[in-house]
Amino acid sequence: MAKKPQIAADTRPWRDPSAKPFVRISNVTKKFGDVYAVADVSLDIYKGELFCLLGGSGSGKSTLLRMLAGFEEPTSGKIEIDGQDMTGVAPYNRPVNMMFQSYALFPHMNVEQNIAYGLKRDHLPKAEIADRVAELLSLVKLQDYGKRRPDQLSGGQRQRVALARSLAKRPKLLLLDEPLGALDKKLREETQFELVKIQETLGVTFIVVTHDQEEAMSLATRIGVMNYGEIAMIGEPTDIYEFPNSKFVAGFIGSVNMVEGVVTEDEADHVRIRSAELGCDIFVGHGVDCAPNQILWWAIRPEKIALSRERPEGDANVTKGLVEDIGYLGDMSVYQILLDSGKRLRVTQTNTVRGNPDAITWDEPVFCTWHNDAGSVLTV
Amino acid sequence: MSSFDIDNPAPPRRRPWTGIERAFAAVGLSGRALVIAAPAIWLTVFFLVPLAVVFGISLATKQFGKPPYSDLLTTEDGTVQLTLHLSNYVRLFTDSLYVAAYLNSIKIAFISTIFALLIGFPMAYFIARSSDRWRNILLMLVILPFWTSFLLRVYALTGFMRGNGVINQILGVFHIPPLVMMQTDFAVYVGIVYTYLPFMILPLFTNLVKLDGALLEASADLGGRPMRTFFSITLPLSMPGVIAGSMLVFIPAIGEFVIPSLLGGPETLMIGRVLWDEFFTNTNWPRAAAVAIAMLVVVVVPIMLLQKAQDAVQDTARAK
Repeated sequence: MAKKPQIAADTRPWRDPSAKPFVRISNVTKKFGDVYAVADVSLDIYKGELFCLLGGSGSGKSTLLRMLAGFEEPTSGKIEIDGQDMTGVAPYNRPVNMMFQSYALFPHMNVEQNIAYGLKRDHLPKAEIADRVAELLSLVKLQDYGKRRPDQLSGGQRQRVALARSLAKRPKLLLLDEPLGALDKKLREETQFELVKIQETLGVTFIVVTHDQEEAMSLATRIGVMNYGEIAMIGEPTDIYEFPNSKFVAGFIGSVNMVEGVVTEDEADHVRIRSAELGCDIFVGHGVDCAPNQILWWAIRPEKIALSRERPEGDANVTKGLVEDIGYLGDMSVYQILLDSGKRLRVTQTNTVRGNPDAITWDEPVFCTWHNDAGSVLTV
Repeated sequence: MSSFDIDNPAPPRRRPWTGIERAFAAVGLSGRALVIAAPAIWLTVFFLVPLAVVFGISLATKQFGKPPYSDLLTTEDGTVQLTLHLSNYVRLFTDSLYVAAYLNSIKIAFISTIFALLIGFPMAYFIARSSDRWRNILLMLVILPFWTSFLLRVYALTGFMRGNGVINQILGVFHIPPLVMMQTDFAVYVGIVYTYLPFMILPLFTNLVKLDGALLEASADLGGRPMRTFFSITLPLSMPGVIAGSMLVFIPAIGEFVIPSLLGGPETLMIGRVLWDEFFTNTNWPRAAAVAIAMLVVVVVPIMLLQKAQDAVQDTARAK
């Protein structure tokens, strides 16, 4: 899917070293007892961004979000929002609102009262509250549901009420904890786009916590991948997917084939890696920061490998294997190729021809090949 | 290998009670009916029948002899006569003693309930919010007084409040003149609140422990300061616990007899004491029975009305 065409290079403030970040997290650590939930995280988030914190359970992403909301105080380090130090600022005094994973809708109030709750705390005049509530209800397309109670709504409707309530006070920063986690797959996909649309119309900065990498990829302007309380990588979705900086990131996002190899040629414009696992040499068409004879890893995405019956040209980037299994997914097929070394490669091929009788099939010997720049060389 | 034969399914397993089950089934009794019947029979034998007996006695008149009340049914010349005396009930309204006793009982029970709520709510809240380990210890401490006799506990309070009791001795150290606490309404309030506090705390605790912490965080997040969060979120959501706890204190407190007689003075007029006096001092069983039935009405009718109101609220909420 096309990724937000309106984001041109000049609207990516993180690429501009002089841009002032909206949220600045500096060296934040949070310990629960002896356990580091968040370890020395520094992170800048810019105005209007939709930043995703992505990680498995226990990676510290939710703790980081709760520190931004003010429910937890950092053990050390500092959080600044819009230039203001948030240390010791209570949740009810922060220019931040949160959408809770469980939605946390007040069960004894109807939809309107839920949305109006924050506005009443600001002592806005009654007429203005009513206008704002009506506006928000139409934003989330729940105009006719204002008088219902949360237990009379479906999961998707509740999610939208929670979103409306968290947007009611027009926060500068909205924190979303697994906003789509409780929805089924189809609803999730629809809601994803709605969420992005709302974020762009209102221009609010979103920080989204999710464990779902697909969600992160399609929502985010930038992703911060978290692992064991640390930020493993920060980057745009394409960076994270195509240019992972570590074995962890490569393996966490999408599926990947990873092999070990030894550097045999280390030149400024290319690198050659010998991999016994792969049964061939890997020729990488760009320089890599490594030393001859260094052991390192090379990772390639399944869709970057091509299959053929005839041996392609060249002495590198070609290996031979046997089709062990095929998973037909409709739009594409997943091939499992057994190499001579015993290593299995995962290769996906788009099914461009309908019912192709000539498709590569089970137990066929095939050649796997890839482009010079298709894989990532990883040293950590 | 076990084979699966559709035509000859394995016979149902015989359990030790299968025989009993079949025997009951033969006379048309299922397990479910038995389970429902057990409490129904219990309530009939030990609650409904005695209640009917008391109600019957309340419609009789006092007489000397055994039993000390007149028969409702008399046979004379082959005709059965049913004599119902309403005089006992009429007396309850015409004699200011009874009216005053009822009103005073309600007043004392009401004020005690308010105090029990004011003291019990923070305790229940604190217990519900403490860590698992502490929660069990604290709950244990709340229940612990039940391990000693109720009478003993009330009697022990006199040791604290009497003229040369613990409190006055401590006051004496600071040269403060002793306070008169025994035989006052104050002592009755202390006694009721002290003995019934666990009945307030336990239902409140079971309610508050289920309160979702995320709701409190959501309130804070939307700008609700702690006091606002308490009155807008915590208190409304704990209303079922507040009502249950208040009922458990209010209802027994109205009919309380031991506490006013041990701690209260002669002017502490409560319906439980009036009932006792009618029964044992005046041996007027019918009057005592009428007092008891009237007390039941005083207590049960408001509860039924409240229950009905609650159901109505829930129904309209559901219908919307």
